[in-house]
Order: sequence, then C-alpha cells, then structure tokens
Amino acid sequence: MKRAMTQTSEKTGKASRLHNTLIYMRQHWQLYVIFMLPAVLLTIIFRYIPMGGVMIAFTEYNPIRGILGSEWVGFKHFTRFLSSPDFMQYLMNTLKLSIFGLLWSFPAPILLAFLLNRILSSGIKKKIQLVLYMPNFISVIVLCGIVRILLSPTGMVNMLLGTNYNFMTMPEAFRTIYIASGIWQGAGWASIIYTAALSNASKELKEAAVLDGANIIQQIRAVEWPAIKDTVLIQFIMSVGNIMSVGFEKAYALQTDLNLNASEIISTYVYKKGLLDGDYGFSTAVGLFNTVINVVLLVSMNSIVKKLNDGKGV
Amino acid sequence: MNTKFSRLPRSDKAIMVFAYTILGLFMAAIILPVIYIILASFIDPITLQNSGLTFDFSKWTLTAYERVMTNAQIWTGFKNALIYSVLFTIISVTVTLLAAYPMSRQDFKGRGFFNVMFVITMFFGGGLIPTYLLISDLGMLDTIWAILMRCAFSVWNMIIARTYYMGIPKDMQEAAEIDGASEMVYFFKILLPLCMPIIATIAMWQFVGMWNSYFDAMIYLNDAAKQPLQLVLRAILIQSQPEPGMVSDMQSTAARAQLAELLKYATIIISSIPLMILYPFFQKYFDNGIMAGAVKG
Repeated sequence: MKRAMTQTSEKTGKASRLHNTLIYMRQHWQLYVIFMLPAVLLTIIFRYIPMGGVMIAFTEYNPIRGILGSEWVGFKHFTRFLSSPDFMQYLMNTLKLSIFGLLWSFPAPILLAFLLNRILSSGIKKKIQLVLYMPNFISVIVLCGIVRILLSPTGMVNMLLGTNYNFMTMPEAFRTIYIASGIWQGAGWASIIYTAALSNASKELKEAAVLDGANIIQQIRAVEWPAIKDTVLIQFIMSVGNIMSVGFEKAYALQTDLNLNASEIISTYVYKKGLLDGDYGFSTAVGLFNTVINVVLLVSMNSIVKKLNDGKGV
Repeated sequence: MNTKFSRLPRSDKAIMVFAYTILGLFMAAIILPVIYIILASFIDPITLQNSGLTFDFSKWTLTAYERVMTNAQIWTGFKNALIYSVLFTIISVTVTLLAAYPMSRQDFKGRGFFNVMFVITMFFGGGLIPTYLLISDLGMLDTIWAILMRCAFSVWNMIIARTYYMGIPKDMQEAAEIDGASEMVYFFKILLPLCMPIIATIAMWQFVGMWNSYFDAMIYLNDAAKQPLQLVLRAILIQSQPEPGMVSDMQSTAARAQLAELLKYATIIISSIPLMILYPFFQKYFDNGIMAGAVKG
C-alpha cells in the first residue's frame, strides 16, 4: 500500500517535473531557438556526424558505396598499423615530441612570470611584455620560414657557430628545433596567465613578508608560489591531456624528406595516408587510435590529480 | 612594493641580476632574428648567399620588396585572409556568445545535457577523414563555408564567456525582469555592453587564429583564387616554390634559386606587418581574457 503510494507520487512527480519543464521551455523558447540552436546544430553537424564516421575505420571504404555499403573488415586496419614496423616509430616520435616538449615548454612561462614579477618599474615591465608577446602573433608558416632561414647552411646560426650544418635535414636536430622554436614563440604569451595570478597574490601578505625581512626566495615560497599553484596544476593537466594532439601544422611545416625519421608523427601520417594516398579506412583507424590514447591519458591524469589534490579534479 | 635595489639584501641582489639577465637574453633571442631578417631582406641575393649580411650599401637592393609587392597572389592571399578572418570572427563570436547565455543561467532546463554534449567534443572527435568526407558530402569543398563553419562554435570560448556572464551581478537580471524586459532585451541591451572586454578578447583570438592557420585551407580549398595568405606564404617559405612569375626573368637556375631565397625575407616582413602593428593595441585585453578562462579551468 505504502509502496504503491510512493510509486504513484513518484510517477506524478516525474510527470509534473516534465510538465514544469515544458512550461519553462514554452516561456523561455527564445533561449532554445535563438540562443542555443545555432551552436547545437553546428555541434551535431560538424562534431557528432564525423564521430559516426569513425566506422570507416572498420571498413574497406569505397566512396561510391558509402560507409554502410563498404566491405566490413573489423579490426584489420588496426592490426595492420599496430603490427607495422612504422607504428612504433611514429608513436615514439609523437610521444617524444610532446613529452619532451612538455618538460621544456611547461616550466618556461612560469619562470618568465617569476622573473617579470621581480621587475620593479611597471613601465619597463609593460615594454618587456610587449616584446615577449610578439612572437605569438607570428603564424606557424612564418615561424617555420624564419626557422628554416636561420638554420640554413648559410644562415645566422651557422654564421655565429662558424659551421655550415644543414640542420633541417638532420633527424636528430628536429625535436630541438621544434621545441626551442615553440618556447621562442609561446613562452611569453603563456606567461600571461601566471603573471596575472601572481599580481592577484595578496598585496598585504607580501608587504607583511617584506616588512618581516623575507628575502626573495622566502617571498616566492610563502606568498607567490601558493598564489599560482592551482593555476600551474590546471595548466599541467590540460597540457598532459593534449599530449597526443601535437600540432599538425608546425610539425608538417618543419618536415623535410630527410628528417622524417624524427618528424613523422601520427597526425602527419594520418594526413598523408588519408588525403594524399586516399587510404581512408586505414587513416581513420590510425586517427581513432590516437584519439583513444588521448582520452585514456586525460582520464587517468585527472584521477591521479584528484588523489593528490584531496579529491579535487578538473 | 617599490623597494629600492640598493636596499635589498645581497642574496636578493644576485637574484635580481639573474632575473634581468635571463629576461635580457630571452628578449635578445626574440629581437635579433627579427633584425637579421629585416637587414637581410635588403641585400642583393648573390651577396647574401656568398657572404651573408653586409653594410656595404652598394649591395643593398629593394628588388625583393618590389617583386613581392607587385605579385598578384600575395594580394589575393591578403584579401582572402581578411575576408575569411572577418567573417569567421563575426559568425563565431555571435554563435559562441549566444550559446553562452543560457548556459550561464542556473534555471536553464537542459543545461546539464547541453554541457555534456559540448564538452565531449573537446576530447573526442571523428578525425580527419570522416570530417573531410562530411564537408565533401555537404558540397562545401572549395567553398568559403568549409573554412568558416567547421570551427565556428568554440566550446572553450563558450565556457570563457559563460564564466564572464556569471560574474555579472544577478540583481541586473532581476531588475530587468521586474521592469518587464524580455530575455532578448536583457541580453542585448544590458548584458552584452557589460561584457565588451571579454567579447573583444574572444574576437581577437578568433581573428588571429583564422589569419594564421593554414591546415583547413590546405585540405578544403584547391582553387588558387581562394587561397588565404598563409597558403601563399607556404609555397614561398616552406616549399621554396614562389609563383613562377616572381623569378622567371632570371637567366640561370642558380640565380632563380638565390632570388627565391631572398624573396622569403621580404615575404616574412610584409606578411607580418599587419598583425605586428595591430597587436599592441590589443594588449589591454590580453590579461582579462586569459584570467576569465582560468577561473573555471
């Protein structure tokens, strides 16, 4: 009897909640039709429909017959990729580029922010920042063009070293070039977020620390580092989450036929196999493999951080 | 906080010297290559290849600039890049700001659902080929729509705008409702004018992002007349294949190659000028925009 009553009240509860929602939607129809609809349509068309398209990875795709009409081959493309000798090389190239890139590029803007925070005159600081931000506005193509010019056998770097290496053809130089030019371009810009967090550090706390005779190291440890710790953590998780999505644009623009041993990463391989060779099924499978690794990395990173950070994740 | 340098303890002086040195080196690393390229762009191609920079002004020439400035493709590239970037910024900012509004309201029914729907796309996507086939099926290949629509809605920017909206005091909305203002009136007349800093920031990101990218144009546009600046630059800077007309009057292959090399310097300078002039004016928007994004992570 009691159970029946709660069941019915649950039912009416559900029904009335649905009813309320409908009333709300009728009253606020503009929110749905004018505000949300464009974004929802774009998301469904350009994000979700291609997600359905990953089925191509399991077929011998034939453009004329479409996805469903093409021959179903199961995991053939995946096994072909995973068992090919190139697989390990491309995977390692991708991982090395992003992990070494992270290790070098991640601390650089934090260091810059701490240094900038030491500049006493705010006028000089503004001017320095203007220069530091400048490379961020150079396009990938121009950046890589500059890199190629400076590193050419007759370029500025060889001039300074008194040598004539052709750096762009050396696989062992590729990662250094990629990472160093990345820091050159991005460190100043990335430091903004830390500079802003530092300027939010409690002024009173800092003044008290200075009055108590704290030196710079002590100020950093007691006031400044706590002020940016959370920002650093969030930025770190997001960078790790993007480890497998190393930028295609720059890697491709720095590739030469001779440095492919180090510069062929999964995303450039997907592009070449798919759009240049027309091997759609295989290319999609490789791309899907990349995405899955990325999601796994992100989820596990988030749970590690949750454990370290008293249950607070992102 | 303006403690005088001379009154600092000795260990702090050392740190200050270290700070200025590292910053100085970093700035030098940014400025020197730029100066080198500016200087080199004026030097006669043969001299440049054989002996590098020179201050013998008889060896200086404006030929590279003349050739780049009179090249039709560069100007077509500029024009296309401007059209794509302006339209993309308008579409993208509109869609993003609109969607951020319901998502910022606690009472919006379906908020959780839409949130999950959007956030999934930040981590998972169909990848290159499925997207390419979709664009092809939609008949968008070789049209401006392939460039404009695919990334028009940015979940990341929506989150940033939403966070900013949520920082606007609730009283505003309540007062507007009491006065009988509809949602549309509140959004356009009251909320948006208060959000100009974040709108400017997002618009700047979208504009610069579109101006500087080449991947989408490379795969979706084949027609030379539709190519944006970055693809024209790619031919000159990366593939070392300037449009034949730019170097064809040179007699030998070697002379053509030397000239093509010199053209790179002038191209870098000319193509970078617009953003280099514009970005200092944006500087005041940098900080607030980035911080707005950081609040929510």
